[in-house]
Amino acid sequence: MKISAISTYLFVVMTSVSCAQSSENMAKSPESVDFTAEIVIDNLSVPWGMVFLPDGSILVSELSGELIRFKDGERTNITNVPEVYFRGQGGLLDLELHPDYENNGWIYITYSSKEGEEKGGNTAIMRAKLEGNALVDNELLYKASPNTTKGQHYGSRIAFDNEGYLYFSAGERGERDVNPQDITRDNGKIYRLHDDGRIPADNPFVNDETAKKAIYSYGHRNPQGLVKHPVTGAIWDHEHGPRGGDEINIIKKGKNYGWPVVTYGINYGGTPITDKTEMEGMEQPIHYWVPSIAPSGITFVTSDKYPAWKGNLLVGSLVFQYLELLEMDGEKVTNRIKLLEGMGRVRNVKQSPDGYIYVAIEGKGLYKLVPKS
Amino acid sequence: MKQFIIGYVLVVGIITNVLLQDKELEESMQRGSEIYADFCITCHLDTGEGVESVFPPLAASDYLMNKREESIFGVKYGRSGDMVVNGVTYSNSMMSMGLEDEEIADVMNYILNSWGNTSDKIVTVEEVSGITR
Repeated sequence: MKISAISTYLFVVMTSVSCAQSSENMAKSPESVDFTAEIVIDNLSVPWGMVFLPDGSILVSELSGELIRFKDGERTNITNVPEVYFRGQGGLLDLELHPDYENNGWIYITYSSKEGEEKGGNTAIMRAKLEGNALVDNELLYKASPNTTKGQHYGSRIAFDNEGYLYFSAGERGERDVNPQDITRDNGKIYRLHDDGRIPADNPFVNDETAKKAIYSYGHRNPQGLVKHPVTGAIWDHEHGPRGGDEINIIKKGKNYGWPVVTYGINYGGTPITDKTEMEGMEQPIHYWVPSIAPSGITFVTSDKYPAWKGNLLVGSLVFQYLELLEMDGEKVTNRIKLLEGMGRVRNVKQSPDGYIYVAIEGKGLYKLVPKS
Repeated sequence: MKQFIIGYVLVVGIITNVLLQDKELEESMQRGSEIYADFCITCHLDTGEGVESVFPPLAASDYLMNKREESIFGVKYGRSGDMVVNGVTYSNSMMSMGLEDEEIADVMNYILNSWGNTSDKIVTVEEVSGITR
Protein backbone atom coordinates (compact mmCIF):
# COMPACT_ATOMS: atom_id res chain seq x y z
CA MET A 1 0.00 0.00 0.00
CA LYS A 2 2.71 2.38 1.09
CA ILE A 3 4.97 1.49 -1.81
CA SER A 4 2.21 1.81 -4.35
CA ALA A 5 1.22 5.18 -2.90
CA ILE A 6 4.80 6.39 -3.16
CA SER A 7 5.24 5.08 -6.66
CA THR A 8 1.97 6.66 -7.73
CA TYR A 9 3.15 9.91 -6.22
CA LEU A 10 6.51 9.63 -7.99
CA PHE A 11 4.81 8.76 -11.26
CA VAL A 12 2.58 11.81 -11.06
CA VAL A 13 5.46 14.07 -10.09
CA MET A 14 7.73 12.69 -12.78
CA THR A 15 5.19 12.92 -15.55
CA SER A 16 4.27 16.45 -14.60
CA VAL A 17 7.95 17.42 -14.45
CA SER A 18 9.15 15.65 -17.57
CA CYS A 19 6.38 16.45 -20.00
CA ALA A 20 6.12 19.81 -21.64
CA GLN A 21 2.57 18.97 -22.65
CA SER A 22 -0.27 16.98 -21.21
CA SER A 23 0.36 13.25 -21.07
CA GLU A 24 -3.25 12.84 -22.14
CA ASN A 25 -2.28 12.77 -25.77
CA MET A 26 -5.42 11.54 -27.48
CA ALA A 27 -7.10 12.63 -30.69
CA LYS A 28 -10.88 12.70 -30.57
CA SER A 29 -13.46 11.84 -33.15
CA PRO A 30 -15.40 14.88 -34.39
CA GLU A 31 -18.85 15.67 -33.01
CA SER A 32 -20.17 16.20 -36.52
CA VAL A 33 -18.72 15.78 -39.98
CA ASP A 34 -19.38 18.85 -42.09
CA PHE A 35 -17.88 17.67 -45.35
CA THR A 36 -17.86 14.80 -47.80
CA ALA A 37 -14.72 13.27 -49.30
CA GLU A 38 -15.11 13.09 -53.08
CA ILE A 39 -12.66 11.02 -55.04
CA VAL A 40 -10.97 13.12 -57.72
CA ILE A 41 -8.29 10.69 -58.89
CA ASP A 42 -8.44 6.96 -58.21
CA ASN A 43 -5.86 4.22 -58.56
CA LEU A 44 -2.91 5.83 -56.86
CA SER A 45 -0.36 3.72 -55.04
CA VAL A 46 1.86 5.97 -52.91
CA PRO A 47 0.96 9.53 -53.95
CA TRP A 48 3.80 11.44 -52.30
CA GLY A 49 3.74 14.98 -53.68
CA MET A 50 1.13 17.14 -55.40
CA VAL A 51 0.85 20.61 -56.89
CA PHE A 52 -1.96 22.55 -58.50
CA LEU A 53 -1.09 24.24 -61.79
CA PRO A 54 -2.74 27.50 -62.88
CA ASP A 55 -4.46 25.74 -65.82
CA GLY A 56 -6.46 23.63 -63.36
CA SER A 57 -4.42 20.47 -63.70
CA ILE A 58 -2.94 18.57 -60.78
CA LEU A 59 0.52 16.99 -60.78
CA VAL A 60 1.01 13.98 -58.53
CA SER A 61 4.30 12.16 -57.87
CA GLU A 62 4.16 8.45 -57.16
CA LEU A 63 6.93 7.06 -54.95
CA SER A 64 7.70 4.46 -57.62
CA GLY A 65 8.95 7.24 -59.91
CA GLU A 66 5.96 8.24 -62.01
CA LEU A 67 4.95 11.86 -62.39
CA ILE A 68 1.32 12.06 -63.44
CA ARG A 69 -0.76 14.99 -64.66
CA PHE A 70 -4.53 15.00 -64.24
CA LYS A 71 -6.58 17.41 -66.25
CA ASP A 72 -10.29 17.29 -67.06
CA GLY A 73 -10.42 13.65 -66.01
CA GLU A 74 -7.51 12.70 -68.23
CA ARG A 75 -4.36 11.08 -66.94
CA THR A 76 -0.99 11.66 -68.58
CA ASN A 77 2.43 10.37 -67.58
CA ILE A 78 5.11 13.04 -67.71
CA THR A 79 8.42 12.03 -69.31
CA ASN A 80 12.05 12.97 -68.64
CA VAL A 81 11.48 12.59 -64.90
CA PRO A 82 14.72 12.04 -62.93
CA GLU A 83 15.61 8.41 -62.33
CA VAL A 84 14.91 7.42 -58.73
CA TYR A 85 16.53 4.90 -56.37
CA PHE A 86 13.34 3.01 -55.58
CA ARG A 87 14.14 1.13 -52.42
CA GLY A 88 12.65 1.28 -48.93
CA GLN A 89 11.37 4.81 -48.35
CA GLY A 90 13.18 6.15 -51.43
CA GLY A 91 11.57 7.18 -54.70
CA LEU A 92 10.01 10.23 -56.29
CA LEU A 93 9.15 12.45 -53.33
CA ASP A 94 7.80 16.00 -53.06
CA LEU A 95 6.68 18.58 -55.61
CA GLU A 96 6.46 22.34 -55.16
CA LEU A 97 5.92 25.29 -57.46
CA HIS A 98 8.11 28.38 -57.50
CA PRO A 99 6.21 31.26 -55.81
CA ASP A 100 6.38 33.03 -59.19
CA TYR A 101 5.50 29.91 -61.19
CA GLU A 102 3.12 31.76 -63.48
CA ASN A 103 6.02 33.78 -64.88
CA ASN A 104 8.99 31.42 -64.67
CA GLY A 105 7.46 27.90 -64.79
CA TRP A 106 9.85 26.26 -62.31
CA ILE A 107 8.70 23.06 -60.61
CA TYR A 108 10.83 21.75 -57.71
CA ILE A 109 11.16 18.01 -57.13
CA THR A 110 12.82 16.00 -54.37
CA TYR A 111 13.74 12.34 -54.93
CA SER A 112 16.18 9.61 -53.96
CA SER A 113 19.09 9.82 -56.36
CA LYS A 114 21.78 7.26 -57.20
CA GLU A 115 24.14 9.95 -58.44
CA GLY A 116 27.64 9.63 -56.98
CA GLU A 117 30.38 7.06 -56.56
CA GLU A 118 28.99 4.89 -53.78
CA LYS A 119 26.33 2.23 -54.09
CA GLY A 120 22.86 3.23 -52.90
CA GLY A 121 21.13 6.60 -52.91
CA ASN A 122 20.46 9.81 -51.05
CA THR A 123 18.07 12.76 -51.11
CA ALA A 124 18.31 15.20 -54.02
CA ILE A 125 16.40 18.28 -55.13
CA MET A 126 16.08 19.42 -58.75
CA ARG A 127 13.98 21.87 -60.72
CA ALA A 128 12.50 21.66 -64.19
CA LYS A 129 9.82 23.16 -66.41
CA LEU A 130 6.87 21.41 -67.93
CA GLU A 131 6.67 21.57 -71.70
CA GLY A 132 3.89 19.53 -73.25
CA ASN A 133 4.12 16.20 -71.46
CA ALA A 134 7.81 16.36 -70.64
CA LEU A 135 10.07 17.95 -68.08
CA VAL A 136 12.67 20.23 -69.69
CA ASP A 137 15.60 22.35 -68.49
CA ASN A 138 16.22 19.86 -65.65
CA GLU A 139 18.71 21.25 -63.12
CA LEU A 140 20.06 19.36 -60.12
CA LEU A 141 20.24 21.87 -57.25
CA TYR A 142 21.54 19.77 -54.35
CA LYS A 143 22.36 16.14 -53.71
CA ALA A 144 23.05 14.85 -50.20
CA SER A 145 25.96 12.41 -49.88
CA PRO A 146 27.27 9.81 -49.33
CA ASN A 147 24.89 7.25 -50.84
CA THR A 148 23.79 4.31 -48.75
CA THR A 149 21.71 1.20 -49.44
CA LYS A 150 19.76 1.71 -46.21
CA GLY A 151 16.02 1.94 -46.69
CA GLN A 152 15.00 4.68 -44.35
CA HIS A 153 14.70 8.39 -43.77
CA TYR A 154 15.08 10.49 -46.89
CA GLY A 155 12.89 13.38 -45.64
CA SER A 156 11.96 15.16 -47.98
CA ARG A 157 9.50 18.00 -48.29
CA ILE A 158 9.88 21.38 -49.98
CA ALA A 159 8.67 24.86 -48.92
CA PHE A 160 9.33 28.47 -49.90
CA ASP A 161 9.30 31.35 -47.43
CA ASN A 162 8.07 34.90 -48.00
CA GLU A 163 11.51 36.05 -49.16
CA GLY A 164 11.61 33.36 -51.83
CA TYR A 165 14.16 31.11 -50.12
CA LEU A 166 13.84 27.41 -50.86
CA TYR A 167 13.79 24.95 -47.96
CA PHE A 168 13.88 21.17 -48.12
CA SER A 169 14.44 18.36 -45.65
CA ALA A 170 16.69 15.30 -45.77
CA GLY A 171 16.23 12.61 -43.10
CA GLU A 172 19.15 10.94 -41.35
CA ARG A 173 19.21 7.88 -43.65
CA GLY A 174 19.28 5.35 -40.84
CA GLU A 175 22.54 6.72 -39.36
CA ARG A 176 21.25 8.48 -36.30
CA ASP A 177 24.54 8.37 -34.40
CA VAL A 178 26.56 9.66 -37.34
CA ASN A 179 24.57 12.24 -39.28
CA PRO A 180 22.05 14.47 -37.48
CA GLN A 181 24.36 16.14 -34.96
CA ASP A 182 27.27 16.61 -37.39
CA ILE A 183 27.05 19.75 -39.54
CA THR A 184 29.97 18.57 -41.68
CA ARG A 185 27.70 15.78 -42.95
CA ASP A 186 24.46 15.75 -44.89
CA ASN A 187 21.25 14.14 -43.55
CA GLY A 188 19.13 14.86 -40.54
CA LYS A 189 19.04 18.45 -41.81
CA ILE A 190 16.80 21.15 -43.22
CA TYR A 191 18.49 23.09 -46.00
CA ARG A 192 18.02 26.62 -47.30
CA LEU A 193 18.93 27.62 -50.85
CA HIS A 194 18.22 30.39 -53.33
CA ASP A 195 15.65 29.33 -55.89
CA ASP A 196 18.47 28.51 -58.37
CA GLY A 197 20.41 26.36 -55.89
CA ARG A 198 23.00 28.94 -54.82
CA ILE A 199 23.78 29.00 -51.11
CA PRO A 200 22.56 32.18 -49.40
CA ALA A 201 25.37 34.34 -47.98
CA ASP A 202 23.58 34.56 -44.63
CA ASN A 203 23.10 30.82 -44.10
CA PRO A 204 24.13 29.97 -40.52
CA PHE A 205 27.21 27.86 -41.26
CA VAL A 206 28.69 29.61 -44.32
CA ASN A 207 31.76 30.71 -42.37
CA ASP A 208 32.47 27.25 -40.98
CA GLU A 209 35.21 25.76 -43.19
CA THR A 210 34.11 22.14 -42.77
CA ALA A 211 30.33 22.53 -42.60
CA LYS A 212 27.83 21.75 -45.33
CA LYS A 213 26.91 25.34 -46.06
CA ALA A 214 23.41 24.67 -47.32
CA ILE A 215 22.33 23.54 -43.82
CA TYR A 216 19.78 25.78 -42.12
CA SER A 217 18.94 23.59 -39.08
CA TYR A 218 20.06 20.17 -37.83
CA GLY A 219 19.34 17.38 -35.35
CA HIS A 220 16.31 16.17 -37.33
CA ARG A 221 15.24 12.57 -37.78
CA ASN A 222 12.88 12.22 -40.73
CA PRO A 223 10.88 15.34 -41.62
CA GLN A 224 8.05 14.54 -44.05
CA GLY A 225 6.17 17.78 -43.48
CA LEU A 226 7.34 21.31 -44.26
CA VAL A 227 5.09 24.35 -44.53
CA LYS A 228 5.15 28.13 -44.29
CA HIS A 229 3.01 29.63 -41.55
CA PRO A 230 0.43 31.83 -43.33
CA VAL A 231 0.70 34.71 -40.86
CA THR A 232 4.21 34.70 -39.36
CA GLY A 233 5.92 33.40 -42.51
CA ALA A 234 8.02 30.99 -40.38
CA ILE A 235 8.78 27.50 -41.70
CA TRP A 236 7.28 24.68 -39.65
CA ASP A 237 8.20 21.03 -39.96
CA HIS A 238 6.93 17.80 -38.59
CA GLU A 239 9.07 14.72 -38.34
CA HIS A 240 8.75 11.05 -37.57
CA GLY A 241 10.06 10.00 -34.20
CA PRO A 242 11.09 6.39 -33.54
CA ARG A 243 8.42 4.67 -31.39
CA GLY A 244 6.68 7.72 -30.01
CA GLY A 245 8.18 11.18 -30.26
CA ASP A 246 6.93 12.48 -33.59
CA GLU A 247 7.31 16.27 -33.45
CA ILE A 248 6.18 19.60 -34.82
CA ASN A 249 8.99 22.17 -34.82
CA ILE A 250 9.34 25.79 -35.83
CA ILE A 251 12.49 25.93 -37.90
CA LYS A 252 14.99 28.56 -36.82
CA LYS A 253 18.30 29.48 -38.34
CA GLY A 254 21.24 27.37 -37.14
CA LYS A 255 19.27 25.62 -34.42
CA ASN A 256 19.70 22.04 -33.23
CA TYR A 257 16.48 20.01 -32.86
CA GLY A 258 18.14 17.36 -30.75
CA TRP A 259 17.86 13.99 -32.48
CA PRO A 260 19.01 11.54 -31.13
CA VAL A 261 20.37 13.27 -28.02
CA VAL A 262 16.92 14.32 -26.81
CA THR A 263 13.63 12.71 -27.87
CA TYR A 264 10.22 11.81 -26.53
CA GLY A 265 10.47 8.44 -28.29
CA ILE A 266 12.04 5.04 -27.62
CA ASN A 267 13.53 2.32 -29.84
CA TYR A 268 11.17 0.08 -31.82
CA GLY A 269 12.17 -2.74 -29.49
CA GLY A 270 11.06 -0.74 -26.44
CA THR A 271 14.53 0.05 -25.14
CA PRO A 272 15.41 3.68 -24.40
CA ILE A 273 17.41 5.84 -26.82
CA THR A 274 18.22 8.46 -24.21
CA ASP A 275 16.72 9.45 -20.87
CA LYS A 276 16.66 13.09 -21.94
CA THR A 277 13.76 14.96 -23.48
CA GLU A 278 15.41 18.36 -23.29
CA MET A 279 18.82 19.90 -23.12
CA GLU A 280 20.42 23.34 -23.14
CA GLY A 281 21.10 24.44 -26.71
CA MET A 282 18.49 22.13 -28.23
CA GLU A 283 15.07 23.22 -29.42
CA GLN A 284 11.85 21.82 -27.98
CA PRO A 285 9.05 20.81 -30.31
CA ILE A 286 5.84 22.84 -30.06
CA HIS A 287 4.01 19.52 -30.10
CA TYR A 288 4.97 15.85 -29.88
CA TRP A 289 2.97 12.70 -30.45
CA VAL A 290 3.11 9.66 -28.15
CA PRO A 291 2.21 7.21 -29.56
CA SER A 292 3.50 8.07 -33.02
CA ILE A 293 0.91 8.89 -35.64
CA ALA A 294 3.62 8.69 -38.37
CA PRO A 295 2.94 12.15 -39.85
CA SER A 296 3.18 12.84 -43.57
CA GLY A 297 2.10 16.04 -45.29
CA ILE A 298 1.08 19.24 -43.51
CA THR A 299 -0.97 22.27 -44.40
CA PHE A 300 -2.51 25.30 -42.72
CA VAL A 301 -6.14 25.89 -43.56
CA THR A 302 -6.43 29.50 -44.69
CA SER A 303 -9.53 29.44 -46.90
CA ASP A 304 -13.08 30.32 -45.84
CA LYS A 305 -14.49 27.03 -47.14
CA TYR A 306 -14.15 25.35 -43.74
CA PRO A 307 -14.91 28.02 -41.11
CA ALA A 308 -14.26 25.70 -38.15
CA TRP A 309 -10.81 24.79 -39.43
CA LYS A 310 -9.50 28.19 -40.43
CA GLY A 311 -6.05 28.93 -38.98
CA ASN A 312 -5.59 25.30 -37.91
CA LEU A 313 -3.24 22.58 -39.09
CA LEU A 314 -3.98 19.40 -41.02
CA VAL A 315 -1.53 16.48 -40.86
CA GLY A 316 -1.77 13.01 -42.42
CA SER A 317 -1.31 9.91 -40.26
CA LEU A 318 0.22 6.87 -41.94
CA VAL A 319 -0.04 4.48 -39.02
CA PHE A 320 -3.50 5.30 -37.68
CA GLN A 321 -4.89 6.02 -41.13
CA TYR A 322 -6.67 9.29 -40.61
CA LEU A 323 -6.29 13.02 -41.23
CA GLU A 324 -5.51 14.91 -38.05
CA LEU A 325 -6.88 18.39 -37.42
CA LEU A 326 -4.76 20.22 -34.87
CA GLU A 327 -6.58 23.21 -33.45
CA MET A 328 -4.07 25.92 -32.75
CA ASP A 329 -3.82 28.87 -30.43
CA GLY A 330 -0.74 30.60 -31.85
CA GLU A 331 2.05 28.07 -31.41
CA LYS A 332 0.10 25.85 -29.05
CA VAL A 333 -1.95 22.79 -29.99
CA THR A 334 -5.21 23.01 -28.07
CA ASN A 335 -7.19 20.10 -29.51
CA ARG A 336 -6.74 17.15 -31.87
CA ILE A 337 -9.52 15.75 -34.02
CA LYS A 338 -9.53 12.67 -36.25
CA LEU A 339 -10.96 13.18 -39.73
CA LEU A 340 -11.39 10.57 -42.49
CA GLU A 341 -11.00 7.77 -39.95
CA GLY A 342 -10.23 4.40 -41.47
CA MET A 343 -9.86 5.72 -45.02
CA GLY A 344 -6.24 4.56 -45.33
CA ARG A 345 -2.71 5.81 -44.95
CA VAL A 346 -2.86 9.58 -45.47
CA ARG A 347 0.32 10.49 -47.32
CA ASN A 348 -0.28 14.12 -48.16
CA VAL A 349 -2.66 17.03 -47.58
CA LYS A 350 -2.74 20.39 -49.35
CA GLN A 351 -5.02 23.35 -49.88
CA SER A 352 -5.62 24.17 -53.55
CA PRO A 353 -5.50 27.75 -54.88
CA ASP A 354 -9.33 27.83 -54.88
CA GLY A 355 -9.37 26.99 -51.18
CA TYR A 356 -10.36 23.31 -51.14
CA ILE A 357 -8.47 20.69 -49.12
CA TYR A 358 -7.12 17.72 -51.09
CA VAL A 359 -6.00 14.55 -49.35
CA ALA A 360 -3.83 11.83 -50.92
CA ILE A 361 -4.39 8.32 -49.54
CA GLU A 362 -2.16 5.33 -50.27
CA GLY A 363 -3.67 2.55 -52.31
CA LYS A 364 -6.73 4.70 -53.00
CA GLY A 365 -6.27 8.07 -54.59
CA LEU A 366 -6.80 11.78 -54.24
CA TYR A 367 -9.86 13.10 -52.39
CA LYS A 368 -11.37 16.58 -52.32
CA LEU A 369 -13.08 17.61 -49.09
CA VAL A 370 -16.34 19.28 -50.05
CA PRO A 371 -18.17 21.19 -47.29
CA LYS A 372 -21.82 20.32 -46.77
CA SER A 373 -23.83 23.41 -47.52
CA MET B 1 30.77 -54.95 -40.10
CA LYS B 2 30.14 -53.73 -43.62
CA GLN B 3 26.61 -52.74 -42.64
CA PHE B 4 27.96 -50.89 -39.65
CA ILE B 5 30.34 -48.85 -41.80
CA ILE B 6 27.60 -47.99 -44.27
CA GLY B 7 25.33 -47.04 -41.41
CA TYR B 8 28.07 -44.98 -39.78
CA VAL B 9 28.86 -43.09 -42.96
CA LEU B 10 25.18 -42.44 -43.53
CA VAL B 11 24.60 -41.10 -40.04
CA VAL B 12 27.69 -38.88 -40.13
CA GLY B 13 26.69 -37.66 -43.57
CA ILE B 14 23.19 -36.76 -42.44
CA ILE B 15 24.43 -34.96 -39.31
CA THR B 16 27.01 -32.99 -41.33
CA ASN B 17 24.35 -32.05 -43.82
CA VAL B 18 21.98 -30.87 -41.08
CA LEU B 19 24.72 -28.90 -39.35
CA LEU B 20 25.79 -27.23 -42.59
CA GLN B 21 22.20 -26.30 -43.37
CA ASP B 22 21.79 -24.95 -39.88
CA LYS B 23 24.85 -22.81 -40.37
CA GLU B 24 23.59 -21.61 -43.73
CA LEU B 25 20.20 -20.77 -42.19
CA GLU B 26 21.82 -19.05 -39.24
CA GLU B 27 23.94 -16.84 -41.49
CA SER B 28 20.99 -16.04 -43.72
CA MET B 29 18.87 -15.14 -40.67
CA GLN B 30 21.63 -12.89 -39.36
CA ARG B 31 21.69 -10.94 -42.63
CA GLY B 32 17.90 -11.04 -42.67
CA SER B 33 17.67 -9.48 -39.22
CA GLU B 34 19.57 -6.44 -40.51
CA ILE B 35 17.24 -6.13 -43.49
CA TYR B 36 14.30 -6.47 -41.10
CA ALA B 37 15.57 -3.67 -38.84
CA ASP B 38 16.11 -1.51 -41.90
CA PHE B 39 12.91 -2.04 -43.91
CA CYS B 40 10.23 -3.88 -41.94
CA ILE B 41 10.41 -2.95 -38.28
CA THR B 42 8.64 0.40 -38.62
CA CYS B 43 5.33 -1.36 -39.35
CA HIS B 44 5.67 -4.98 -38.21
CA LEU B 45 7.60 -4.00 -35.05
CA ASP B 46 10.52 -5.58 -33.26
CA THR B 47 8.65 -8.66 -32.10
CA GLY B 48 6.75 -9.21 -35.35
CA GLU B 49 3.40 -8.60 -33.69
CA GLY B 50 2.39 -5.77 -36.07
CA VAL B 51 -0.51 -3.48 -35.19
CA GLU B 52 -3.92 -5.13 -35.07
CA SER B 53 -6.16 -4.18 -38.00
CA VAL B 54 -3.41 -1.96 -39.45
CA PHE B 55 -0.22 -3.96 -40.02
CA PRO B 56 -0.60 -7.76 -39.94
CA PRO B 57 1.51 -9.80 -37.53
CA LEU B 58 4.40 -11.97 -38.71
CA ALA B 59 4.84 -13.77 -35.39
CA ALA B 60 2.50 -16.79 -35.25
CA SER B 61 0.92 -15.61 -38.50
CA ASP B 62 -1.14 -18.26 -40.28
CA TYR B 63 -0.77 -16.36 -43.54
CA LEU B 64 3.03 -16.31 -43.40
CA MET B 65 3.38 -19.93 -42.32
CA ASN B 66 0.83 -21.36 -44.79
CA LYS B 67 1.28 -19.08 -47.79
CA ARG B 68 4.98 -19.15 -48.37
CA GLU B 69 4.86 -18.27 -52.06
CA GLU B 70 2.35 -15.43 -51.61
CA SER B 71 4.45 -14.05 -48.78
CA ILE B 72 7.62 -14.00 -50.89
CA PHE B 73 5.63 -12.45 -53.73
CA GLY B 74 4.37 -9.72 -51.38
CA VAL B 75 7.86 -8.83 -50.16
CA LYS B 76 9.17 -8.84 -53.74
CA TYR B 77 6.47 -6.88 -55.55
CA GLY B 78 4.34 -5.37 -52.80
CA ARG B 79 0.71 -6.19 -52.25
CA SER B 80 -2.66 -4.52 -51.81
CA GLY B 81 -6.27 -5.50 -51.28
CA ASP B 82 -7.80 -7.36 -48.38
CA MET B 83 -5.85 -10.12 -46.68
CA VAL B 84 -6.96 -12.21 -43.71
CA VAL B 85 -4.34 -12.95 -41.06
CA ASN B 86 -5.29 -14.97 -37.97
CA GLY B 87 -8.94 -14.19 -38.65
CA VAL B 88 -8.48 -10.42 -38.89
CA THR B 89 -8.95 -8.63 -42.23
CA TYR B 90 -6.24 -6.16 -43.25
CA SER B 91 -6.96 -3.77 -46.11
CA ASN B 92 -3.72 -1.82 -46.00
CA SER B 93 -1.18 -1.95 -48.79
CA MET B 94 2.52 -2.72 -48.62
CA MET B 95 4.76 -1.35 -51.30
CA SER B 96 7.70 -3.13 -52.83
CA MET B 97 10.83 -2.36 -50.83
CA GLY B 98 13.11 -2.77 -53.86
CA LEU B 99 15.10 -5.55 -52.18
CA GLU B 100 17.39 -7.88 -54.15
CA ASP B 101 16.42 -11.55 -54.34
CA GLU B 102 19.20 -12.51 -51.95
CA GLU B 103 17.97 -9.97 -49.40
CA ILE B 104 14.41 -11.25 -49.75
CA ALA B 105 15.58 -14.82 -49.08
CA ASP B 106 17.46 -13.63 -46.00
CA VAL B 107 14.60 -11.62 -44.54
CA MET B 108 12.15 -14.46 -45.27
CA ASN B 109 14.42 -16.88 -43.40
CA TYR B 110 14.55 -14.42 -40.53
CA ILE B 111 10.80 -13.96 -40.19
CA LEU B 112 10.05 -17.65 -40.80
CA ASN B 113 12.33 -18.64 -37.92
CA SER B 114 11.89 -15.89 -35.33
CA TRP B 115 9.48 -15.13 -32.47
CA GLY B 116 8.50 -18.79 -32.16
CA ASN B 117 8.03 -19.31 -35.92
CA THR B 118 9.83 -22.31 -37.42
CA SER B 119 10.15 -23.46 -41.01
CA ASP B 120 11.53 -26.79 -42.23
CA LYS B 121 12.81 -25.51 -45.50
CA ILE B 122 15.31 -22.70 -46.01
CA VAL B 123 14.31 -20.02 -48.55
CA THR B 124 16.92 -19.88 -51.30
CA VAL B 125 17.75 -17.13 -53.79
CA GLU B 126 16.63 -19.52 -56.55
CA GLU B 127 13.23 -19.91 -54.94
CA VAL B 128 12.81 -16.11 -54.76
CA SER B 129 14.03 -15.65 -58.35
CA GLY B 130 11.54 -18.25 -59.50
CA ILE B 131 8.58 -16.28 -58.17
CA THR B 132 7.55 -13.81 -60.85
CA ARG B 133 4.53 -11.75 -61.75
